[in-house]
Amino acid sequence: MRKNNTIRKNIDWFTILLFGILVFMGWLNIFAANYNEENASLFDFTQNYGKQAIFIITSLLLIFIVLVLDAQIFSSFAYPIYISGLILLIGVLIFGHEIKGAKSWFVFGGFSFQPSEFAKFGTALALTKYLNDLSKTAQQFKVRFTSILILLLPAGLIMLQPDTGSVLVYVAFIFVLYREGLSGNVLLLGISAAVFFILALLVKSTSIAIPFGLLLEGKIVLLLSVLTILGVIYLLFNSKKRKLLFPLLAIFVVISVYVFSVDYVFDNVLSSHQQDRINELLGITFDPKGAGYNVNQSKIAIGSGGFLGKGFLEGTQTKFNFVPEQSTDFIFCTVGEEWGFLGSFVLITLFVTLFFRLIFLAERQRSNFSRIYLYCVSSILFFHFAINIGMTIGLAPVIGIPLPFFSYGGSSLWSFTLLLFVGLRLDAERKHVLR
Amino acid sequence: MRSLEDRKIVILGIFIIIGVTYLIRLFYLQVIDETYKLSAKNQALRYVVQYAPRGLIYDRNNQLLVYNEAAYDIMVIPRQVKNIDTLGFCNLLGIEKAGFDLKMEEAKSFSTYKASVFEKQIPSSQFASISEKLYQYSGFYIQKRTLRKYPKPIASHVLGYVSEVSPTNITKDKYYRKGDYIGISGLEKEYEKELRGKRGRKVLLVDVHNRQKGSYKNGNYDSLAVEGDNLYCTIDRDLQEYGEQLMRNKRGSIVAIEPATGQILALISSPSYDPNLLVGRDRSDNYNNLVANDTLNPLFNRAINAQYRPGSIFKLVESLIGLQTGIITTDTRIKCNRGIINCHGSHSNDNLVEAIQHSCNPYFYQVYKKIIQQGKSNSIFKDSEIGLKQWHEMVTKFGFGQKLKSDIPGIGSGLVPDVNFYNKWYGEGRWAFSTIYSNSIGEGELGVVPIQMANLAATIANKGYYYTPHLIKSISDSGRIREEFVTKNLTGIDSKYFDPVISAMSAVVNQDGGTARRARLDSIEVCGKTGTVQNKDRPDHSVFICFAPRENPKIAIAAYVEYSDFGGLWSAPISALMIEKYLTGEVTNKAKEQRILDASFLTIYEEK
Repeated sequence: MRKNNTIRKNIDWFTILLFGILVFMGWLNIFAANYNEENASLFDFTQNYGKQAIFIITSLLLIFIVLVLDAQIFSSFAYPIYISGLILLIGVLIFGHEIKGAKSWFVFGGFSFQPSEFAKFGTALALTKYLNDLSKTAQQFKVRFTSILILLLPAGLIMLQPDTGSVLVYVAFIFVLYREGLSGNVLLLGISAAVFFILALLVKSTSIAIPFGLLLEGKIVLLLSVLTILGVIYLLFNSKKRKLLFPLLAIFVVISVYVFSVDYVFDNVLSSHQQDRINELLGITFDPKGAGYNVNQSKIAIGSGGFLGKGFLEGTQTKFNFVPEQSTDFIFCTVGEEWGFLGSFVLITLFVTLFFRLIFLAERQRSNFSRIYLYCVSSILFFHFAINIGMTIGLAPVIGIPLPFFSYGGSSLWSFTLLLFVGLRLDAERKHVLR
Repeated sequence: MRSLEDRKIVILGIFIIIGVTYLIRLFYLQVIDETYKLSAKNQALRYVVQYAPRGLIYDRNNQLLVYNEAAYDIMVIPRQVKNIDTLGFCNLLGIEKAGFDLKMEEAKSFSTYKASVFEKQIPSSQFASISEKLYQYSGFYIQKRTLRKYPKPIASHVLGYVSEVSPTNITKDKYYRKGDYIGISGLEKEYEKELRGKRGRKVLLVDVHNRQKGSYKNGNYDSLAVEGDNLYCTIDRDLQEYGEQLMRNKRGSIVAIEPATGQILALISSPSYDPNLLVGRDRSDNYNNLVANDTLNPLFNRAINAQYRPGSIFKLVESLIGLQTGIITTDTRIKCNRGIINCHGSHSNDNLVEAIQHSCNPYFYQVYKKIIQQGKSNSIFKDSEIGLKQWHEMVTKFGFGQKLKSDIPGIGSGLVPDVNFYNKWYGEGRWAFSTIYSNSIGEGELGVVPIQMANLAATIANKGYYYTPHLIKSISDSGRIREEFVTKNLTGIDSKYFDPVISAMSAVVNQDGGTARRARLDSIEVCGKTGTVQNKDRPDHSVFICFAPRENPKIAIAAYVEYSDFGGLWSAPISALMIEKYLTGEVTNKAKEQRILDASFLTIYEEK
């Protein structure tokens, strides 16, 4: 029993507190979103809140198991766990149940299981293990390549379901790679690519009239602006003209090709509903009854909450199904509507505090394995948080991914719990160096 | 190169930037921008109007004249109409697809998220089958309304009708909203504020499928509809019905008043119409029919608004003024010289009572001459002005030449010419008695409306005063009544001067040689005066005013039948039947009654 005492002493109770609050708040809001005056039993297992209560209780069991296991196991079994995740992903493509056009679920009787949620945990372990074993930084090309392969395998399989939302979550690992030595330029490149993607779409259907009755296409204007900026840079660094000329020209060519290919990618690679959602997000189209319905309803629900909110169980927009998916992807609407800005503020603060705490935990590790893994946890949770809340308030495209610990759903709750508590179990061993 | 550990700063920075951005965005959405709050209310709350049932109207014996019947409006909220089976819906309501589109367009142009009436006043009989299936059509719901219903098709001019408010009504009175009802004429208009009650409102929660989810905030924002006040009318339903029967196929009116109170017992304008026609979905068709296709103009309320020359009944007024001013006494005899003005019957040198009984024209020519020409000025023109001024003042006190301050909207004033009138007509100093003598026998420029004639009968019955004729004796059960209806209007004629006039009126009816023998009743002493208003090329108007019984009169009547011949022939017996019906409840002389019921002057009206 010495071991258990150590865990109790060394485990990070602050994170557990944050976890507990979030899970409890999540359950309250699921209850509110499905509340029905005629049928108000707290533990009605036909209702989402009743089922979520079961998921919460079972995840407590999961936590217990994780905590009594030897921390070494997660390092030793990283690859087997990862591979079993891949097998499940392949399995679901064959034996899975198709819901809303995607084969993402195993269904056993009344309960269903989403392997892509579990795969995130496996991928986090595998990436951690790989980077740790090499004990090298992510600067080297081979390391970079293998890392990306570890991520691409599950992402590719999920893409086949297809479940674009869950695929995008794998972008979160870029934070981990960056911390472990990936060049900052990659991060910068990623951000630039996103910015030009948006700019290219925004100017797509605009044009500017110039003299002689000619029209300048938006894209040309955009590129001319880029050229001007590059020209200014060239003139400012007058002394290094020779050195700068070629790279600046190269940048311009790359941007030009990229901007022109955005149209093609947008029109031919993305599905039409994805195109609509992006157009809606960027304000290119406004269709509150069609593509923009979800976000518009979501904004109405959140916006109507005011500063203090309408009060617990008083939310009309969420309770009466104006907001779609109000227990899962749009659960934040209930917070916004019933608890107002105050509630939203508390929730966002709780989440950001959790992410900070996890980074703090990561940085105090002597073991690289623990550090890398905790970065994975923090990044994945953050990415879910940013996309999920961003989409409800019209700042991110509508990508159906859950809000960690909060949204209704067994698979996601169990996976996030597993992800987090493995991290906490590793942290509890921080005085030992794991291999 | 710096330590990799420092890179956590970049990552934490990104966390913070996203967190803060979201908080700013949320602050904007939730605290600053109000549009979302409005949208939320528009989506999730439905304001259902609770229409107050209009007050009922009873007659003087608490018999119903007007009550309410449930009807159902189908309402539509255009933005909630999604993916409905339009054809099925049209079949359910029995309308055409084109009509459906038109109505939807109309509703949309009013508002996409506020309810408009889609189909009005579905009767209860069709309601059940429609309401059963309406849930299939999102965006439509049923609003309960009430419609006016009349147990007997009578008194339409008294009661008036209601109609949907016009845009003008809405701008004039902030109470009204689109789709409300308002009284347009008669008592419905006059007592609109009392009858309409107070509209209530229910705030309901609805879900995305437009299903009701209970009341908003436990009904704290609801207000109950308050029923309109009931009205207790002075009309006697049976008498009114009887009078309308008597006036069938005749044009004209009967007004009956209780002299002691001024309460109107019956107000009949003929031709009339069935008030049930101006209710419900066919209202506008029926209305147009009544206006366009009926040359007799049944919507026109003759009893209060048709201006006629009074004819010989006006001799009563001349007599009273003559006595009060001392120009004549009961003993004054005047020769019936038929030079300037013609006469009828065999009499030569009547006193006042005889002159009234025989309706002697030269007698009242002379009386009027003495009233107008009092010798107060050397100029005959100036003298006539002084005389006419005094006469005008005295006549006006009988309620003539002015709108009686009654509770009947649209009441006419009639005309009593004054000095200004003739100065405008002929020029100042260019008229004298010889120009205006026709007034002496109720012809000339005089104009009266039937209710004023009935009021004259009541005034004589009261020997000198009247209460303004009115229709409502109590608003709700309170006994509340307008102040002016319990105020005595004095004529300024001493009551002793009424005795000879009343004796004469009794003689008119009850003595052989009187002009109104047909008004005689065995058990009741009727006092009356005939009038025969001359028309060129066509039969005369028949006029009769009377009251009964002579002692302690209970009813005063004016009857006017257009183009039917002289007063004693038609108006007198009609009045007598009314009196007997009212005082005894039963008409004994069935032959007399049948003669009236059979009489028709429609062919004369059509000639023109």
